[in-house]
Amino acid sequence: MMKWSFRKLRLRTIAVHLIAWSIALAWLVPFLGVFSTAVRPVSEITNGWWNFDRLNPSLNNFIAAFTNPVLPLSRAYANSFLIAIPATLIPIFVATLAGYGFARFRFPMRDYLFLSIVLLMSIPQQMIAIPVFKIMLDLNLYDNLLSIILIHSAWGLPWIILFMRNFTRALPLEVEEAARVDGAGDFKIFSKIVIPMAVPALASAAVLQFMWAWNDYFFALILLPTQANWPVTRVVTSIGSGALTTDWGILSAASILTMLVPLVLYVVTQRYYIRGMIGWTIKG
Amino acid sequence: MGGYTLVTRIRHIPSKILLPLLSRISRHGLRPHAGRALFFTPALVLLVLLVIYPVLQTIFLGFYLELPGGQRQFTGLDNYRAVLTDPATINVGNLPWPPPLGTLIHNALWIVIHLPISLFAGLWLALLLQETKGASVVKSCIFLGMVTPMIVGGVILRFLLEAGVGVVPSFFGVIGVRSLAVNWMVHRELLLLGLILGSVWLWTGFSLIVYSAGLTTIPKDYFEAARVDGTPPGRMFFRITFPLLKPLTLVIVVMTILWELKIFDIVVAATNFGGGVGADTLALQVYRFFFYDSNAGKAAVVASLLTLLTLISTSLILRRMAK
Repeated sequence: MMKWSFRKLRLRTIAVHLIAWSIALAWLVPFLGVFSTAVRPVSEITNGWWNFDRLNPSLNNFIAAFTNPVLPLSRAYANSFLIAIPATLIPIFVATLAGYGFARFRFPMRDYLFLSIVLLMSIPQQMIAIPVFKIMLDLNLYDNLLSIILIHSAWGLPWIILFMRNFTRALPLEVEEAARVDGAGDFKIFSKIVIPMAVPALASAAVLQFMWAWNDYFFALILLPTQANWPVTRVVTSIGSGALTTDWGILSAASILTMLVPLVLYVVTQRYYIRGMIGWTIKG
Repeated sequence: MGGYTLVTRIRHIPSKILLPLLSRISRHGLRPHAGRALFFTPALVLLVLLVIYPVLQTIFLGFYLELPGGQRQFTGLDNYRAVLTDPATINVGNLPWPPPLGTLIHNALWIVIHLPISLFAGLWLALLLQETKGASVVKSCIFLGMVTPMIVGGVILRFLLEAGVGVVPSFFGVIGVRSLAVNWMVHRELLLLGLILGSVWLWTGFSLIVYSAGLTTIPKDYFEAARVDGTPPGRMFFRITFPLLKPLTLVIVVMTILWELKIFDIVVAATNFGGGVGADTLALQVYRFFFYDSNAGKAAVVASLLTLLTLISTSLILRRMAK
């Protein structure tokens, strides 16, 4: 009896592992396919990328994507960084100030104001597209990287404010009160006490905001018509696509290069990423 | 701050807020904490100029007809009527199948099909991975979809579904299902379905990660006690695990619905705009009305309706987020 149930348990463990690992493998198939297509000449994948009869891997498609005469991915890479870095730093700074204010200061209507800002989080980008398009035209910022940096900065504020406010509220109040008794002002307390304690939260917010700005397609679509200004997300939808045929080699290479930055960032900062994403989810 | 307290508080605004405010101002002036406004100023300036004003402007535009020459004419609900009776929004003629069924129905299908599958797949995997060695590696593999830019996700879905490169048509060819061994990208019976099912691959990581984290917060004693009592595993799940995960389920449901309502990049990248009508979504329709048809009024109406739907969904978890 004992032996039988032990064997049953073993079988179950094996089955569980087999299923779990096959699912993981199945999940990777699309990525493997894209990779297999990107590192081989088109002639080798005409019978499917899963056909490995001939195999001459090279980086030619990556080089071709990077130095494409019409849409060089190198340029797009530079644009994406030029957009995503300021579009991360500005809202983090601005939202941390406000998040702290919402957590610590009492004033009339505070909670309503805060709730209204949080509500903005759920609005689709299309809801501001038309006026933003016109505003940027009026400001002469249309087709200028500055326009998209500004819009990302504003667009990222609601969730970072929420995130930093919830984080600040969880900090012990005693330290700040002690400093206040010693005569420190609001800004001094904020910069000398709160910011150093908030570094992990700031890192989480920065990782998520950077990825959001890097991955964004829609704002770039409506605000940046000139190809020289395109970030990677826009180039990847056009590169390798002819009128009738698609050069899947270049397109796959470009896809990999586009997701490489968020992927590396995720691998390096996994802890912060997950914590940022489920931080408030899990607290409920 | 719950919905109930919100209502009761609003009723007390005059007495609870205005009176103390007035008395405070009369006693101290605004001075003592005036510097604190600086904490909020930069955020409010950015939000008002680039988010709140545009949102209000979009609502406003929905009630107007833009005439050539930059003039506007108030048309009341005409744009709303035009949008809701447009076959591009709701295409009664093609119901029940095949697409195009209209953007509103496409988004609804996205929710009806994609939400339960990705939610339960994530939950099931989270439970399965509890007893798996190397679970974190499996989770990372599945979570890759969440890290992938949606635009690349769309490209990859096309890569899977298109004839020639696509592993999906080839697979069905090999197992002899002729009707599915075709180019999914050009068959309107399959395109929308392919994108919806394919995006399960992109999004399941979300519910998996959230549920996995949630499962670790359930005290082991609960299961121990139930096991001692001889509770069968199925009952344990429905009596202990699932009820305790309920708040998380609500969050996942809302976040997933928001994601599904806002679908844009995936469809654009997979269908390259043009073939997109068969898989058109509300978000894409806004773009189409404004940039293709130069009809700001109808575009604004679709955007407003979409926003209304997202706000309704969010209100379900607002209390939790702002707690």
